Amino acid sequence: MTWLPAISSHAQRIDILLGGLLVVSLAVLGLVFGLMFLNVIRFRKGSRMQPGHEVTEHKNWRFEIGWTSVTLIVFFGLFVWAARLYVVGFQPPSDAIQIYVTGKQWMWKVQYPGGQREINALHVPAGRPVQLLMTSEDVIHDFSIPALRIKHDVLPGRYQSLWFTAITTGTFRFYCTQFCGIGHSRMTGMLMVLDRAAYADWLDHTPASGSLAAKGEVLFIRNGCSGCHVSSRYAPDATDNSRAPSMAGLYGSQVILADGSATRVDSAFLHDAIVNPPEWRRAGYTTQMPSFRSVLSEDEVAALVAYLQTLSPSIPSGRSPGVTAGQEGN
Amino acid sequence: MTETPASLFPERSYLWQDGTLRSWLLTTDHKRIALLYLVTITVFFATGSIGAALIRLQLIEPGGMILSDETYSRMFTMHGIVMVWLFLVPSIPVTFGNFLVPLMLGARDLAFPRLNLLSWYLFVASGLLVLYGLFRGGLETGWTFYTPLSTDYTQGRVLPVVAGVFLSGFSSIATGVNIIVSIHQLRAPGMTWYRMPLMLWALYATSVIFVLATPVLSITLLLLAFEHIFRVGVFDPALGGDPLLFQHLFWFYSHPAVYIMILPGMGVVSEIVSTFCHKPIFGYRFVAWSSISIAAIGFLVWGHHMFVAGTSLYAAIVFSMLSFLVSVPSAIKVFNWLGTMHGGSIRLDAPMLYAMGFIGLFTVGGLTGLFLASLASDVHLTQTYFVVAHFHYIMVGGMVSAYFGGLHYWWPKITGRMYPEMWGRIAAALIFFGFNLTFFPQFILGYEGMPRRYATYPEQFQVLNVLSSAGASILAVAYVLPLVYFTWSLFKGARAPGNPWAATGLEWQTSSPPPTENFARTPEVTSGPYDYATLDRLNRTAAEEAPHV
Repeated sequence: MTWLPAISSHAQRIDILLGGLLVVSLAVLGLVFGLMFLNVIRFRKGSRMQPGHEVTEHKNWRFEIGWTSVTLIVFFGLFVWAARLYVVGFQPPSDAIQIYVTGKQWMWKVQYPGGQREINALHVPAGRPVQLLMTSEDVIHDFSIPALRIKHDVLPGRYQSLWFTAITTGTFRFYCTQFCGIGHSRMTGMLMVLDRAAYADWLDHTPASGSLAAKGEVLFIRNGCSGCHVSSRYAPDATDNSRAPSMAGLYGSQVILADGSATRVDSAFLHDAIVNPPEWRRAGYTTQMPSFRSVLSEDEVAALVAYLQTLSPSIPSGRSPGVTAGQEGN
Repeated sequence: MTETPASLFPERSYLWQDGTLRSWLLTTDHKRIALLYLVTITVFFATGSIGAALIRLQLIEPGGMILSDETYSRMFTMHGIVMVWLFLVPSIPVTFGNFLVPLMLGARDLAFPRLNLLSWYLFVASGLLVLYGLFRGGLETGWTFYTPLSTDYTQGRVLPVVAGVFLSGFSSIATGVNIIVSIHQLRAPGMTWYRMPLMLWALYATSVIFVLATPVLSITLLLLAFEHIFRVGVFDPALGGDPLLFQHLFWFYSHPAVYIMILPGMGVVSEIVSTFCHKPIFGYRFVAWSSISIAAIGFLVWGHHMFVAGTSLYAAIVFSMLSFLVSVPSAIKVFNWLGTMHGGSIRLDAPMLYAMGFIGLFTVGGLTGLFLASLASDVHLTQTYFVVAHFHYIMVGGMVSAYFGGLHYWWPKITGRMYPEMWGRIAAALIFFGFNLTFFPQFILGYEGMPRRYATYPEQFQVLNVLSSAGASILAVAYVLPLVYFTWSLFKGARAPGNPWAATGLEWQTSSPPPTENFARTPEVTSGPYDYATLDRLNRTAAEEAPHV
């Protein structure tokens, strides 16, 4: 049996946190078992110690306040330590490579911005941040990579994000860790961390039928999106954006929704707005966009999202515009 | 001497006043209902254990030893549902709670004896429905019924199982209402709240959770059935529902339910530790109020089951902090039990061994809970075997130890017979050893990343899995032992005196087993609980007055 490797600096920090928790636990356990055995030996019936009925209530108070406050202080320290590390997961760097992961009973489908696809395998370059945009076609799954010490549930109908920067090359297992039916334990795969040259080589030699964004553009026209979301690209004379907003420059911008709230347009927003438009209607538009939930597969939604990103030239495509994780889809 | 059935038990006792089957099935005597429950939950415990045994057998080989993926999924679903709803949730409240609440209060029966009997019939009906669903068709959703797996993607018998669990909720609520009203209304003259044994405080806190949390489970299960039958989108995103809503509602019940399972165990341990240290419990009011605060804060921590589920960052931070907070009252209890032992006169009879096992194993379970309340470490450890080990340390190491401790402690009172002490100690030691061998390796498996609910697993995890299965076989033997010697003691055990442990508490002031009416005369309470000074003085006087006995 080999010990679990920690292949990112985040993973190493988690191990230090676990070490801290272990030290606290061992200290408390030592105290509890130590006192228990000491008491049993000293105060066993028949030993010379006399039973002490005369312990008074006011003397107890000092002990009670003492151990309660020490417990509170130690717990608060642990809470803050762990919470600070957790927040990092909600802040993917803006230059992360975005890879689309779709779970279905019982396999993981992976799509790269360049159009490469694979199943139950994930290739990433070492030393570069990677953001996984994950969704499910059926039940709730969970994408877990123990060597990186991270996991996140993968829900149907919305995007969840997981990001990491692997620093060690090698092959590591990932698992589905949310019970998803009888084939659950077969829903595993391999994470391949390659050095930059090997990663570029892998991208070049993996067949791709056009980039994800190119596929998305075809879908954008074929499904009639371009009919309402008018842009000069397809109808040079049309400037009528009264029915639906233009998609140019949308990704990465700040928009106001019909309910008055402001939100930043990221991949999760684009995904959710396509499959569940009523929830994400923009302020100032009255036309109701139909849901494409049953029209498009998750793979196709991923292609559309990749395409829409390319319409914001200021932000390099396949990069994250900011915080994307942690948005509640409701 | 040959004993006829009638001579096995004192004639005036509740056990033998009317021996017909009809009198047992229509009884409203809380003691008889407690025994009906005891037999029923023992059957369910055995059923759930068979599921556990098959799970551990399967996992000896990485590729799975005996079961198909499908059967394995059905087995751990069965194990979880049966153990949680048909054993752990009812366990102590319906057996010792039913038996002891009136005795400890100095009352003749619970406040609503007929409701009590009804709760047993509801429980049996719910158990039969659940077992029907699980064995005629099977279910593969896990005990958590997460949507949309349970509504759209399972071939299993969701409806009968959900209906069964729904029904068991009414049984829980009936028991809870009965205990709450009894404690408010039926205390003997002089029995103020602070003169109540800690067992009653714990059962009171538990009953409050029964009454407040169970309806939420009922509503959730109704919505689930509604979606399943009428295809109305509540939880299923394909129908316009929200899958996280189910998790919120489910854990809003199921986390407090964890305290339903553990609080009564803490009550039992408080009684046993005080008795076998022959010393008042240290910090009585702190232990009493810690039960109440666990019940209260326990309602505010459900979100810690969802740190990787896709809830917001802020929700996660608040739930993490509250989860640390809820563990403080538990820590207070542990320190007070240790304080009680200090300066006591400790006897290491079987109940005390179980209680000490509880303190140790519950502490391990509580401390590993900190790993899961901490946000960043939870992300790595949740949904792995670390979680499995953690809650088994609380539920089996803690709760089942307390249950067995209580069974040994009150067995003389319930049956009028002593169990064989040496066998009791051997079983307690064996359970402690077998338990640790079964579940400790699972902490390491979890850290290494082995996901829970896997029918097959990578080879690197085999060594620890084999160790765990070996422990489970020891545990199985250790659980059969008490079944054997308890049964033996019913016929051959020494007659139990009224107060075999020199314990305080009104239940020890009546005969063993008690008469149907509990007390010949309503007792009057003149001092606090655990008043060993008075007890010792009375015993000395009695010994001087009757020097020949």
